[in-house]
Amino acid sequence: MHRRTLLTGAMSLGVAAPALGQSQPIEIQFWHGLANPLGGLLEKRATDFNATQTRFKVVPTFRGSYPETMVAAIAAFRAGNAPHIVQMFEVGTGTMMAAGRAVKPVHELLAETGIEIDFNDYLPGVRGYYSLSDGRMMSMPFNSSTTVVWYNKDAFRRAGVDPDKFPETWQGVAEILPKLKAGGGTAVPMSTAWLTWAQIENFSAIHDIPLATLANGFGGLGTELRINNPLVQRHMAALVDWQRDGMFRYGGRNNAGEPAFPNGEAAIMFTSSGFRARVQREARFNWGVAMLPYYQGTPNAPINSIIGGASLWVMNKGPAAGGGRSRDEFQGVAEFFKYLSNPEVDAQWHMDTGYVPVRRASYALARDRGFYRDNPGADVPIEQLLRGGGTLTDNSRGIRLGGFVEIRTIMEEELERSFQGQQTAQQALVNATNRGNQVLRNFERANRG
Amino acid sequence: MRKKVIFRGAALPYLLLMPQMAVTLVFFFWPAGMAVWQSTLRQDAFGLRTEFVAFENFLDLFHDPIYLNAAWNTVIFASSVAALALGAALFLAVQADKQIRGAGVYKTLLIWPYAVAPALAAVLWLFIFHPSIGLVGRGFGALGIEWDYRVNGGQAMAMVIIAAAWKQVSYNFIFFLAGLQSIPSSVLEAAAIDGARPMRRFWTVVFPLLSPTAFFLLVVNLVYAFFDTFGIIHALTRGGPGNATETLIYKVYVDGVQNLNLGSSAAQSVILMIIVIALTAIQFRFIERRVHY
Repeated sequence: MHRRTLLTGAMSLGVAAPALGQSQPIEIQFWHGLANPLGGLLEKRATDFNATQTRFKVVPTFRGSYPETMVAAIAAFRAGNAPHIVQMFEVGTGTMMAAGRAVKPVHELLAETGIEIDFNDYLPGVRGYYSLSDGRMMSMPFNSSTTVVWYNKDAFRRAGVDPDKFPETWQGVAEILPKLKAGGGTAVPMSTAWLTWAQIENFSAIHDIPLATLANGFGGLGTELRINNPLVQRHMAALVDWQRDGMFRYGGRNNAGEPAFPNGEAAIMFTSSGFRARVQREARFNWGVAMLPYYQGTPNAPINSIIGGASLWVMNKGPAAGGGRSRDEFQGVAEFFKYLSNPEVDAQWHMDTGYVPVRRASYALARDRGFYRDNPGADVPIEQLLRGGGTLTDNSRGIRLGGFVEIRTIMEEELERSFQGQQTAQQALVNATNRGNQVLRNFERANRG
Repeated sequence: MRKKVIFRGAALPYLLLMPQMAVTLVFFFWPAGMAVWQSTLRQDAFGLRTEFVAFENFLDLFHDPIYLNAAWNTVIFASSVAALALGAALFLAVQADKQIRGAGVYKTLLIWPYAVAPALAAVLWLFIFHPSIGLVGRGFGALGIEWDYRVNGGQAMAMVIIAAAWKQVSYNFIFFLAGLQSIPSSVLEAAAIDGARPMRRFWTVVFPLLSPTAFFLLVVNLVYAFFDTFGIIHALTRGGPGNATETLIYKVYVDGVQNLNLGSSAAQSVILMIIVIALTAIQFRFIERRVHY
């Protein structure tokens, strides 16, 4: 009978599929949040790894921006269908750390699979961001960047400012802004992307002042924001004043303000070191890279800045008991991580993309190949991450706040009100602290029970 | 004339209703029920820890100045969009209803914007209003007007209102035009013979006869502004600067999708559901009973 043949056919297919799977490589799903050209370069790493062996096959998939990737991975976990590896931006780290059995910590993964990665060779700022306070790694560092200064040397020259020496201090910046406004020939002297990452988070780190209590959240979920302090107040007030006087322009959230630099509108831009490829391609003027300025007279300043970018998290399949992953799958993930940690691979990634090398060995490798001689300024971000001797303090290790995506938005919203003249910078910081602490308390409550 | 079909027994009519009921259950009642249930819970992002909090999510909302701000924004946004879209559409419909050459072309062109996806519409407006790449934005700059919707909340609100209203004008236009064409010319001619001038004819004859259409459109426009403008706001301002263009529907997205606070987001959805039920009830009540065609 027709119906029966269909049924048996379907059954035999169902039986045949797993049998077929034996000879196929084990697939490792890898969701990432990098658009092209970076996304293509990332996927090439997976293809290269697949070519080195036949047992595993890493399948990279682009899932939209970082926040979209994060949301997609979390939704997939709730539906019992999470990817093996998800690329998570640094702001999501606090959320992932508290995710309990949703994630497989990297130190556990390596111990269980017997694969060793020399994390001692990783830059302290990178290692610290993604490890527990006792040093055990929670996720796999991958693409890291930090905020640096990009400046238009031609505009500096026109304004009569030394184009080869960006001021080391904010006092020095304050002196050149009027000159740039008068004679720089750009629409505005200075702008910033990533307002909070550049001007509050990294600002606090290099000045060795806390962003939040309990070592910026590394010490526990009971952390509270400390951004309403004299130094941040002073800096935000300066930005608001400069905005009013036409010497600074807020360019929108996230990296929306970035285009103003390569198109010549802003003479100074604060943004990620990963901006390099775009500047190289688009800027029609001489440009330079410099370290973040600091306020002279601050004790301990300047020390290392903190990283941005993303790391790779290993996820369990779903909320069901046991996590739903086989030993072989974890083996494949661990071997892929081992491959990425190879200094040769890491150095190439750094030179291709502008992200910092995450290992000292890869930094040395890039230097030996003459990369910094051919690309002046490409080593500035790394030197800045190692500034102050590379010993991290509680204030410069990183930031681990639950709901940090939301807290960042809150800080941006409040500061935007200041830029509109609706409230002072100090009021913005007070409001952001109150609202941000509410988010922290909600997160603490949701993750403690 | 209403046709009456008599079924023998109850089985067949229920069977015929089944598909529709199934669709409604799966795609409306089930998710709506889930939202109501979720609105009484607090959960971590991964759904591993759940706490029952009854009405706490709702109470928090009513004490949250950001939520109240979003509610106020929605009132301003929805009323402005409705007023602008209805006014412009009525004006255009009256003009297109006249005996003019090429009226068909005008009518077609006026209907086009309705086919543009919200995100694309937003991008079009971006190219008009962006301070550094937009035509009008740069024009304002040249005139010495400080135009930057990324910093100025009022300007940002004006921009999303214009963009959202523009999308809706076409829809209103079609209905107004149909309404105008259904007004018997004999009534207008009689008024003209009585000596009523065009303006007076419009306000005393045409407008009252259009009122059922206008009322229907008012409700539709409000619902549109409340629920269907996410794409435009998301693409243009993302609710900023500083929550200035954050409406209720946008905040549902921000809290649910970005901040992964599902309990609060579900509570906000429930409130929106109550609003839309109320609007629909008003519409049925008035259109079915008070307004006669």
